[in-house]
Amino acid sequence: MTIHAANFRELRLDNLSRDFGTHNAVKDVSLTIKKGEFIALLGPSGCGKSTTLNLIAGLLPATGGGIWLDDRRIDPLRPEERGFGMVFQNYALFPHMSVKRNIGFGLKMRGVQKSEIERRVGEAAALVRLQGQTEKLPGQLSGGQQQRVAIARAIVVEPPLVLMDEPLSNLDAKLRLEMRAEIRRIHNTLGATTIYVTHDQEEALSLADRIVVMRDGQVRQVGGPEDLFSRPDHLDVAEFMGFRNKVAGRVASVEGEHATVTVGDAKVVGRVRGTVAPGGQAWLAIRPEDLHPAAAGGAGLKASVVSTEFRGREFVGFSRMADGTDLSFLAHDRIAPGGEVTLAADPDRVLVFGGAA
Amino acid sequence: MSATTSIPLSQRLAARGIDSLTLLVLPAVFFLLALFIYPFLYGLVLSFTPKTGPMLANYTRFFSDSFLYGTIATTLWLALPVTIVTLLLAIPIAFRVRMMKHQRLLTTILVIPITLGTVLVAQGLLNYLGPQGWFNRTLLTLGLISTPVKLLHNYWGVCISLVITGFPFTFLLTLSYLSGVDPALEQAGATLGAGPWERFKHILLPLLLPGLAITFCLSFVQAFSVFPSAVLLGAPAGPTRVISIAAYQAAFEEYDYSMASAVAMIMGVVQLSIVVVVLAARGMLYRGPAGGGKG
Repeated sequence: MTIHAANFRELRLDNLSRDFGTHNAVKDVSLTIKKGEFIALLGPSGCGKSTTLNLIAGLLPATGGGIWLDDRRIDPLRPEERGFGMVFQNYALFPHMSVKRNIGFGLKMRGVQKSEIERRVGEAAALVRLQGQTEKLPGQLSGGQQQRVAIARAIVVEPPLVLMDEPLSNLDAKLRLEMRAEIRRIHNTLGATTIYVTHDQEEALSLADRIVVMRDGQVRQVGGPEDLFSRPDHLDVAEFMGFRNKVAGRVASVEGEHATVTVGDAKVVGRVRGTVAPGGQAWLAIRPEDLHPAAAGGAGLKASVVSTEFRGREFVGFSRMADGTDLSFLAHDRIAPGGEVTLAADPDRVLVFGGAA
Repeated sequence: MSATTSIPLSQRLAARGIDSLTLLVLPAVFFLLALFIYPFLYGLVLSFTPKTGPMLANYTRFFSDSFLYGTIATTLWLALPVTIVTLLLAIPIAFRVRMMKHQRLLTTILVIPITLGTVLVAQGLLNYLGPQGWFNRTLLTLGLISTPVKLLHNYWGVCISLVITGFPFTFLLTLSYLSGVDPALEQAGATLGAGPWERFKHILLPLLLPGLAITFCLSFVQAFSVFPSAVLLGAPAGPTRVISIAAYQAAFEEYDYSMASAVAMIMGVVQLSIVVVVLAARGMLYRGPAGGGKG
């Protein structure tokens, strides 16, 4: 394999900002990305993750801050001068060019010799497993194949950085899993540095070395997948990481890593995230899969069941507490709607966030 | 066999796309017949029944009289450059307008000449471009010229007025074709190292060409049938004696409708052959969607 990533040490975003009129799409984003890393920018739609990617690619000018590739400031450069590979959400393949010409386009623009283009396009096509398809037009390919062409086209020029903007969002579920593995394999084979934008936490968790969670144009938390999954720093990051049950309460006591929170007349123990003071308001965050009906007479959050859905191995229950808070939970048996349940979770699986959110 | 016969006729017709809704096409067919096909065939027959002489007398007369057959070249010499100039003007302006925020305002301003009509534009130009008009007076005042430039009652007068009246149409068509090209394609080109000119040459132009060919045909047909501006701003007896003037003179000065029909038929054939050539060339281009993949 002769395609490999160009050499550099790190890419640095330094208080990068982008305003649209009075709206701050991206605000003071600072981040250092090392060569070889797979970084996921994760967040709900409108959080600024795609804008950040476009700023790095040069498709949008920044309104503040800078981008540095090692010691070189690159944010004044136009996209064609930056030389990053980019995979677009809708692939953006040139519809009038064969797969071969699509993949070879970047090489042609760089003035690479014809025979050399031929050879490298062949290698890139082999890398994304598209041999034998190279004479076709993009319109004759399936979605997954088009995706592979888009990836091959971005990596064949050996860019220091590969940028991917929700590349899997147009594929069906099965293909998405396949391509996910494929993207990681290509990243590893090339030793590439990849920045991957997604709103799918599962995708980010399974692909990335580090995840950057964004919200309202700002970075909320940066960390490894395991880190983010079990130790989110903020309530909104926790929600995004699957802590879908959010219950308001008051802190009764704090003992080291754990705090006891009173919700109505129930007491729930959880792990403290951030600063929590006794007597202050707090939020409990619990994943539905960690919340189960307690044994008869056990303590926990009281709620009335709204409905249950069969999910194969177990049932997902939807319930409502007296104050109107919705709680989802897992149960081994179907519970009739209207029934009362007491729901409890392992204290290590419950997070306590301070403040009135 | 028995299975086919048991399906009612109406259902079999419906499967081929013919049902009661198809009847709605009838008014259009009627109008087409009454307003286009019948007059066309009538004119065709009329052109072969000359006042005197054999069946082809009109056509022989047209092609043996340089005063008549010369109008073809005169008209082409006006219509082709005008069409090309309007297209060449429309492309860069459409590129610029595509990026603008107040697109609608500008589009409206550009469309006004269509609504004004050829005659009003011609009237305006008569004043503006005349020897005492603003245009010449400005150039004289600036000392750029010493005698007024003659822009009226010659080739240039007709050219200018055709460009002005033809531009909005060409521009709007070009703009709509351009808006149909996914902007992500240009962005993809840029991230792959293509500069503005290369992006235009390799990505936008190939995707636009089929649309530009259509635009060319429609603008050309418009310019080819020029009449008012050729009379008002041109030299209808000489350099701008276009083919429609020849038809007009045959019909309303010589009262030879048969000859006029023959001129009209020749006019149609010339237009059609240019359009066919352009469309045939278009057939060799890529004509698929101008999007970058699944939307």
